Amino acid sequence: MTLPVQVPIADGLFTWPSSTPQLIGGHCSACGGWHFPAQANCPHCASLGVECRPMSRRGTLWTWTVQSFAPPVPPYRGPVEHFVPFGVGYIELPEGLRVQGRLTVNDATQLKIGMPMALTLEPFGTDAQGREVLGFAFAPVAD
Amino acid sequence: MANDIAIIGVGLYPFGRHDQVSAIEMGVAAARQAMADAGVQWRDIQVGYAGSLSVMMPETMVKFLGLTGIPFSKLFNGCATGGNLLLNTINAIRAGQADVGIAIGLDKHPKGAFSSGESMDSTGLPQWYGEVGLAVNPQFFAMKLQRYMHDHGLTPRALTRTAVKAFANGALNPSAWRRSALTAEEIDSSRMVCDPLRKYHFCSPSDGAAAAVVCRADIAHRFGGTPIFVRAGEFRTRLGGSFDVQSTSFSAHETPGASTAAAQAAFEAAGIGPDEIHIAQVQDTEAGHELMHLAEIGLCRHGEQEAMLHDGATSLTGRLPTNTDGGLLANGEPIGASGLRQIHEICRQLRGVAGPHQVPRALKTGITHVYGFPGSSCVTILSR
Repeated sequence: MTLPVQVPIADGLFTWPSSTPQLIGGHCSACGGWHFPAQANCPHCASLGVECRPMSRRGTLWTWTVQSFAPPVPPYRGPVEHFVPFGVGYIELPEGLRVQGRLTVNDATQLKIGMPMALTLEPFGTDAQGREVLGFAFAPVAD
Repeated sequence: MANDIAIIGVGLYPFGRHDQVSAIEMGVAAARQAMADAGVQWRDIQVGYAGSLSVMMPETMVKFLGLTGIPFSKLFNGCATGGNLLLNTINAIRAGQADVGIAIGLDKHPKGAFSSGESMDSTGLPQWYGEVGLAVNPQFFAMKLQRYMHDHGLTPRALTRTAVKAFANGALNPSAWRRSALTAEEIDSSRMVCDPLRKYHFCSPSDGAAAAVVCRADIAHRFGGTPIFVRAGEFRTRLGGSFDVQSTSFSAHETPGASTAAAQAAFEAAGIGPDEIHIAQVQDTEAGHELMHLAEIGLCRHGEQEAMLHDGATSLTGRLPTNTDGGLLANGEPIGASGLRQIHEICRQLRGVAGPHQVPRALKTGITHVYGFPGSSCVTILSR
């Protein structure tokens, strides 16, 4: 038996392959600010001195909701017919950045602002070549 | 600031679902109504701005209004379009380009949450962001509110009270789309869309158009309309440390949002304070944002909303009647037109001709506020 071939949903989003993947942020050498995903210029001061750096895997849940209806297709590429609601949130990282991501939990009673969360990768369908596409998400973790 | 600009006419093609009418037809109808209200003819109009998401070239409207050769431009700033249309028309007059101008918003949308379509390119957001289901506006409204409720103690009851008020106003307003009042029980038992927001806390996309005719205040007396003066109008975009719709990330080093910045600039330009505002129209894409936006533009303190609602402050008979025509909740949102619906409503309220939902006391000053993707806001302060 062979494992499915996995590919990241986009290049430059997270360190891959890795057993402890990290999101890759843009760090500005001029103003010290962070942004995600990394782009050529700093969105704050417009400097082109942006360096791509892996960011902390852990942070805290800054806010959240549960997406209870299937997002409009396109651009959404997830399952619609048997849509399963998914959690969404912003995770505040020690870098001073709040990053939006899907959550592994979709039960509102299990989500609480301030709870510790960590990055994880999760399969998100398959691409045209039949490879498993990997997206990123945040999962609750113990303190 | 000198009261150098007057709004002399407003028009509305009532928002709703108009399957058999094109956005351009609605825009033309709203423009004609605004001109009739102002007592001007199309040949009096010297500059025009139109805004639309769905109509690529609103300039084509002029063949239905008159081919007079005037500069007629399109602009689009998401949900903030309507306010910015008025500002650009005003600025053209202030620059000496024209004495009389018109702003027209017109739009038509399919049902359901707004979508960027196949490609995310036009949003400046990465494709993966849309593919995994993060490019969904209701998520943002819910998440901003979720945090606000955590920080400021706002409760779900406040959301429902705000929605009850919106549909009650809509029931009185002959131009509203949703004309049935809803009870708190009906709202609270509607399905959860994005926690903590339920179906009846949200507005829906709709079809419609709105227009305003503006002129130099010193010539307003030449026309038949009742002038409303523009005390201030300001447009701002985000600074990077505010939580804005469809953000992949944003800085935890907080900065004032676009709404706060636009409102502060507008109050400064108008030379009046928030306590002198008698009536408000704020972006209420859902009930929570009406409450958050009231605080962001300085009309109450953060966390004060619950007490305000207890006093009925935002109802037609309260101290700060808000979204008196039912707002976005009862009118839906044709994006390009929505901000000019606010202008339409404030002008009619200040003139005392709003109809069954007229605030039952004399009003001197009003404020309008729009907020849209990707984090822009326009605030105007109007007075009799």
